[in-house]
Amino acid sequence: MPAPFAWIRAEPNGLHVIPADCWIDPARPVARALVTHGHGDHARGGHGETIATLATLAIMELRYETRAGAVPVEYGETLRLKGGVAATFFPAGHVLGSAQILLERAGERVVVTGDYKRRADPTCPPFEVLSCDVFITEATFGLPVFCHPPVAGEIAKLRRALDDHPDRCVLVGAYALGKAQRLIAELRAAGHDEPIFLHGAMERMCRLYEAFGVDLGELRLVSDHAKDALRGGIVICPPGALNDRWSRRLPDPITAMASGWMRVRQRARQRNVELPLVISDHADWGELTRTIEEVNPAETWITHGREEALLRWCQLNQRRARALALVGYEDEDD
Amino acid sequence: MEAFAALVDALVYTRSRNEKLRLIARYLQHTPDPDRGWALAALTGALGFPAVKASTIRNLMMERVDPVLWVLSRDFVGDTAETASLLWPEGDGDAIPPPSVGEAVETLGRMTRLSVMSELARLLDRLDANGRYALLKLATGAMRIGVSARLAKTAFAQAFAVAVEDVEEYWHSLEPPFAPLFAWAADGAPPPRTDDVPVFRPFMLAHALDEVAIDLGEYVAEWKWDGIRVQVVHAGDATRLYSRTGDDISGSFPELVEALALPAVLDGELLVRGAHQGGESGGAASFNALQQRLGRKTVSAKMLAEYPAFVRLYDLLVLGKEDLRVLPWTERRARLEALMPHLPPERFDLSPVIAADDFGQLAEIRAGARDEAIEGLMLKRKDSPYLAGRKTGLWYKWKRDPLLVDCVLMYAQRGNGKRSSFYSDFTFGCWDGDPDAGAELLPVGKAYFGFTDEELKELDRYVRNHTVNRFGPVRETDRSLVFEVAFDSVHASKRHKSGLAMRFPRISRIRWDKPAEEADRIEALRALVSA
Repeated sequence: MPAPFAWIRAEPNGLHVIPADCWIDPARPVARALVTHGHGDHARGGHGETIATLATLAIMELRYETRAGAVPVEYGETLRLKGGVAATFFPAGHVLGSAQILLERAGERVVVTGDYKRRADPTCPPFEVLSCDVFITEATFGLPVFCHPPVAGEIAKLRRALDDHPDRCVLVGAYALGKAQRLIAELRAAGHDEPIFLHGAMERMCRLYEAFGVDLGELRLVSDHAKDALRGGIVICPPGALNDRWSRRLPDPITAMASGWMRVRQRARQRNVELPLVISDHADWGELTRTIEEVNPAETWITHGREEALLRWCQLNQRRARALALVGYEDEDD
Repeated sequence: MEAFAALVDALVYTRSRNEKLRLIARYLQHTPDPDRGWALAALTGALGFPAVKASTIRNLMMERVDPVLWVLSRDFVGDTAETASLLWPEGDGDAIPPPSVGEAVETLGRMTRLSVMSELARLLDRLDANGRYALLKLATGAMRIGVSARLAKTAFAQAFAVAVEDVEEYWHSLEPPFAPLFAWAADGAPPPRTDDVPVFRPFMLAHALDEVAIDLGEYVAEWKWDGIRVQVVHAGDATRLYSRTGDDISGSFPELVEALALPAVLDGELLVRGAHQGGESGGAASFNALQQRLGRKTVSAKMLAEYPAFVRLYDLLVLGKEDLRVLPWTERRARLEALMPHLPPERFDLSPVIAADDFGQLAEIRAGARDEAIEGLMLKRKDSPYLAGRKTGLWYKWKRDPLLVDCVLMYAQRGNGKRSSFYSDFTFGCWDGDPDAGAELLPVGKAYFGFTDEELKELDRYVRNHTVNRFGPVRETDRSLVFEVAFDSVHASKRHKSGLAMRFPRISRIRWDKPAEEADRIEALRALVSA
């Protein structure tokens, strides 16, 4: 009798579902890939066949300019793969289109979370707790110091900075896929109706979100406006542009960044951030540990992030766990 | 404590000096006594709680958090107080309300080595993460939030529209939480009494003599010694030694504190005596020798013997009960000369006046000064009273011409604030041999000023176009640009790979025209080392 769960294996390029001859979020081009969500380190191009949600496929098309081999799947829809493996996509609450994947074979259930969070997000449906034998989880913020505060408080901080400095603008660094749109949607929900200005690299992704029914209100491009028109406004750019030459066109910007890393002061100071906004699309320590408890799997496998601390937590709580040494996942600016 | 925690948090992220002043001033205006006084004490480094140490915090955490998780967290965050503030278990919401700064300070002050674990825990239980951070920073006495004591005093002066010189003068007569200082500045009460207390008097400073034409008949010339400017004050039964910024440095120089026993306020240059380091035998040694004595909390007998300190006097501000600062320089000088026989000669000598008939002769004397302890010349108006700060037309400094060396740009880093998008901090090096025979560049210094805004833009462009490597925020350039670097002196230093450390390096010219191979070799710089 083969060892339990021998049909799914962590290999350097990603999770290999052996009987189905497919890979989950592979780092290199493969014949058949199941993709959890559209971030570049999970959704790489060049696969023969890419199975993902419609939104994730649209995001990938935006990036790789091809739709070849795209196989769309709905949340809750079960795909029968080769070798008796069934795959079902469920919401992961991370970004638009993000999914956790439930794999079933011969009565064994494995859940791959991809990246996920448990907080409400106006731009995507919430994470669902699925019972399983093996829970394969991320651990980006897998240290007990990470505790993301309620988003409303961070949004209020941002708006207060704007009120205090009507002659300046607030420049927020935010990941172009997911964080930027969630930030805009949260601002709208808080009653911020003024136009929001975008760095050029943000525009297409925002339009895509709108096409998928996420209302972002009035968006304008920084490049279409004179310096004075930006005073008192919110400008959103990719984190890399925060201290770049591009920002010189802005009126005395207050540098902000929306990221879970902003919880640590030194991280914020390293990036010259004056207004840290602790807003993350990943689960914090409390969410990671609570989710493991709720899912209550026989085994927890940890894919990427600060796996050491989460492993230690599992050990302290008498839970079987191991770290998968997967390469290619980055600590994105999230 | 919430308002103080919010202030600390805002200061951590603020780079602009004006914004920091505004934040502190606003806090001081809107916070009641004695909290604002305790906060001012914390910001000026005037608080210390011996029972609370970094190890106390660590031990406290180990009782509450798994040791492995603590170590992993501490390594990631990099700061014990911050890690503890983030990891401390959150209360259940119906805890006792947060303490005021006053209550926190009082509680911390009462703690002993035995009680600290339980009492500190009780305080932390009543605070949120920001409050815990502020409390732990305050308790360990090392705020390290980019606020100097001088900046905090300036903010105090701005908050209540009083002169910062007055604040500095009253400062050392008071103890935290400085109630009389707030009563005077905020509520118009009479100023705090300073009789019989050895308080600091703000220094009179000089402008640089740049193309200013002055009539030598109205001025007197003195050497500008290369030590640190100090004030020695005796009043009541106490003697204090103050640095230029008004910091009490008495603890580092006990031999000077013992040496003044009559009520007076003296202004002079702190130097160490020594034939070593090449100074005139029995005279003043170079600044490098003095550095051995600076910043020490305790001084060994060996230090005292090897680097004995003395003060070369420039001025007399107060004698007995009489404030001499309103008198013209000539009268103060006469009183100082008359006082000299009453001071112990091994600890105090008089900075001589230089006789010169005209500027030409003075320039010759200045150029001919070979003493390492001489930084240049001072020109003081004979009728000038002693006024705090830099007043136009009264005192001028005329430094020796700087030394120059041609260096090659090696690394660049972005600046802060307005310069945060510009590569404006430069590391440069000299050749360790013949560049045509495979010599390498050795870093010799760092500079971030000396160029115009226009040049900064060109340099930024140059760095971006000539980057060959990146190390985090640092860019390595292709080593093709030569800077003419000006500096006041260069010393042997074990801290740097080149074995050299420059004083006040700045970019004097950008040599766009000069090939990098023609930059100076390290020997050229080594030859300039102050022996």
